[in-house]
Amino acid sequence: MIETERAGRAFKVRGSVVHAVRDLSFRIEPGEFVGCLGPNGAGKSTTIKMLCGILTPTSGRVRVAGLDPSRARTALARRIGVVFGQRTTLWWDLPLRDSFELVRLLYKVDRKLFAARLDELTEALDLGGFARTPVRQLSLGQRMRGDLAAALLHDPEVLVLDEPTIGLDVVSKAGIRSFLLRVNAERGTTVLLTTHDLGDVERLCRRVLLIDHGRLAFDGSVGDLMATAPGPATIEEVVTRLYTRGRAAPPPVEPV
Amino acid sequence: MPSPRRADHNPGLPLAGPRAGPGTACHRAITLRRCVSFSLYARLAGYGFRKHATYVGAALAGAFTNSVFGVLRAYILIALWQARPGLAGYDVTAAVTFCFVTQAFIGPMQLLGGGLTLPERIRTGDIALDLVRPAPLQLWLLAEDLGRAAYQLLLRGLPPMLAGAAVFGITVPRDPARWAGVLACVTAGVVVSFAWRYLVCLSVCWLADDRGVMVCSMLLTTLLSGMMVPLTLFPGALGELVRALPWAAMAQAPADVYLGTAPAGPTLAFQAAWGAALLALGALATRAVRHRVVIQGG
Amino acid sequence: MVRTYALLAWTWTRAAMAYRASFALMVVLGVCVTATDVAVILVIFSHTTALAGFTRDEVLFLYGAAGLPFALCDLLVSNVDRVSQHIRAGTLDTMLVRPVGTWIQLAADRFAPTRAGRVLQAAAVLGYALAVLDLDAGRLWMVPVMLATGTVIFAAIWTLGGAAQFLLTDAPEVINSFTYGGGQLTQYPLSVYGRDLVRGVTYVLPLAFVNWQPALYVLDRDDPFGTPGFVRFLGPVAAAVLALLAGLAWRQGIRHYRSTGS
Repeated sequence: MIETERAGRAFKVRGSVVHAVRDLSFRIEPGEFVGCLGPNGAGKSTTIKMLCGILTPTSGRVRVAGLDPSRARTALARRIGVVFGQRTTLWWDLPLRDSFELVRLLYKVDRKLFAARLDELTEALDLGGFARTPVRQLSLGQRMRGDLAAALLHDPEVLVLDEPTIGLDVVSKAGIRSFLLRVNAERGTTVLLTTHDLGDVERLCRRVLLIDHGRLAFDGSVGDLMATAPGPATIEEVVTRLYTRGRAAPPPVEPV
Repeated sequence: MPSPRRADHNPGLPLAGPRAGPGTACHRAITLRRCVSFSLYARLAGYGFRKHATYVGAALAGAFTNSVFGVLRAYILIALWQARPGLAGYDVTAAVTFCFVTQAFIGPMQLLGGGLTLPERIRTGDIALDLVRPAPLQLWLLAEDLGRAAYQLLLRGLPPMLAGAAVFGITVPRDPARWAGVLACVTAGVVVSFAWRYLVCLSVCWLADDRGVMVCSMLLTTLLSGMMVPLTLFPGALGELVRALPWAAMAQAPADVYLGTAPAGPTLAFQAAWGAALLALGALATRAVRHRVVIQGG
Repeated sequence: MVRTYALLAWTWTRAAMAYRASFALMVVLGVCVTATDVAVILVIFSHTTALAGFTRDEVLFLYGAAGLPFALCDLLVSNVDRVSQHIRAGTLDTMLVRPVGTWIQLAADRFAPTRAGRVLQAAAVLGYALAVLDLDAGRLWMVPVMLATGTVIFAAIWTLGGAAQFLLTDAPEVINSFTYGGGQLTQYPLSVYGRDLVRGVTYVLPLAFVNWQPALYVLDRDDPFGTPGFVRFLGPVAAAVLALLAGLAWRQGIRHYRSTGS
């Protein structure tokens, strides 16, 4: 469903070339639930942007849902849903309901399908209480639920989430997590999320990609991830060890 | 935002060392407090200057736009003065100069509105934090605004004047006394402009939607300050009236002092009267806002 | 494309209409803002009967003929000049992951129906001028042509302004010189301005074709700058060329953004 082959992205910063991402190769099958970890500035957001077609890779190849995001950006847009946790894709001044209406028009979702889908999402995400509230007045938790609904209204095959639980309280996080599991299980939607919250990884992801310094530093199941520690350790300890490990040679990547 | 200088003491509070106590002479304490509050406002003005100095690109872009509009307006005035030489007591050069002087005032006097972040702070409720400061809010913001105006006078004021001089030629006063008068009148104009904008911003407290007031203010300011067309062109009693209103103090009055078509003294008195009246209204409004925020919690 | 735009605009209109009083007030104030330009024209003509060879009603004709397309573009496409704001807020990324063209999304974003009042105001001035000027009926066919031409030219200038902001992210206000500056310039007969400026807005940025050149035909007057007669009819060509350039610049802007991430 998602496939990258030695994908790389270089930026020119004041004359010198900086590789935000390099030689990134992985493959995500339909229906997988994958978490993408990495320290700040590791290249996670750049990767997400390349997968959505916002940024064109400078080397290698990217394919999402069988399409090249940099060429077929708008065609791909219909088949993926994207949520940026740090900012909203909703319209600040409009009531949530009107934001959904705009999404319906942009994605050309059939009116009947839309109504059914919205009912479903309203129930699952408990949106009923604030559908008429302007987005700027929503709490962060409510806004994130609204954003998730907006990203799923057109029933995408792939859901890409950039830090969806950032800044949320425990209850909101739990709600979002169980909803994501449900979407993945019931609809078979492929989910890729980036996060700094290891609780997301433990509770949601069957598979973990760890990006560090723009390279893939680990790719495997959560169990495999835990097994990289020499002895018994918590997931925090394991990830800290991977983040702070010697910067010299990148660790071997498991063949996919 | 520039990082504040290392603050050894809170500039809002008088210096009170461990030795300051009941024994301190009363008059010394008062002098001390005066010095401190003067340096506080000077510092705030400096802060306003530096805060805007971080947006050089935006200031120059504004100056460019003001210059372009200056050129367009000047051509229209030239055509009018060619048809009516000596109209309103100006010759063609004076009319062109008037045009560029008023364009130069757009930034410092914020003739198109804005310049204060107050409405945003009222909406978010941060105004409560401003109101508990030991210095009066209006004076605090006035000091900052004077700093902003000084910066914009340099970066948004000079380029239109230079453009006018380059494209058409404008008059420049030679007399240093005239320059002193111009500087005083420009400062007074900024005070009037601030006092007006402050009142407009505070009205947000009582209105659900502030856009209407903002547009009204812009409308009044652009048309009645003399920025779009010299107020001396308004006919008869209407002309008398608009030249006596506070907006005239923001562009028409200081421009006339620059051109030498009005004496500095009486102009300054006119501006000071409006400045004092509007600031007094502002003080009343601040009290009402404080009351509202304290009693009703915003 | 048009349908999507209309539907998006309608959603914003409905949202704005939710606050009737505020909506009405903003419409009225919008009219007042543009009416100040008419007020200035009237103040000027209270002191003279002709400005650079044109009478008050002729100037009002020029004002209306440029003001109507300008107000239409201000209503329908001017939001594309918020590119740098959207880049800074990150909302441009959001638009890029949607299956509709970025230009349409930008133009329809925060569609402000209250600006429609200005369209009506300009139309009223144009209507007045057409009624009082004793025009040759055989030349009136040019009026709708010039309105269409003007709309395309202003829309193209706004698009160029938006495209330029992919590079000029720090100083978007420069764009106002060309968009609102163009609106200001075309309010008066070009005979007011200097020869070099008029050359510039004829052959470089074709603002002269918004109203000046076609209006000379409608008013049956010679160009004081001496351009030959066929130039009066070149408006649609100039508009098409400018629109093409604007489209290319816009594509290039988006491409630049996607290949630099800034």
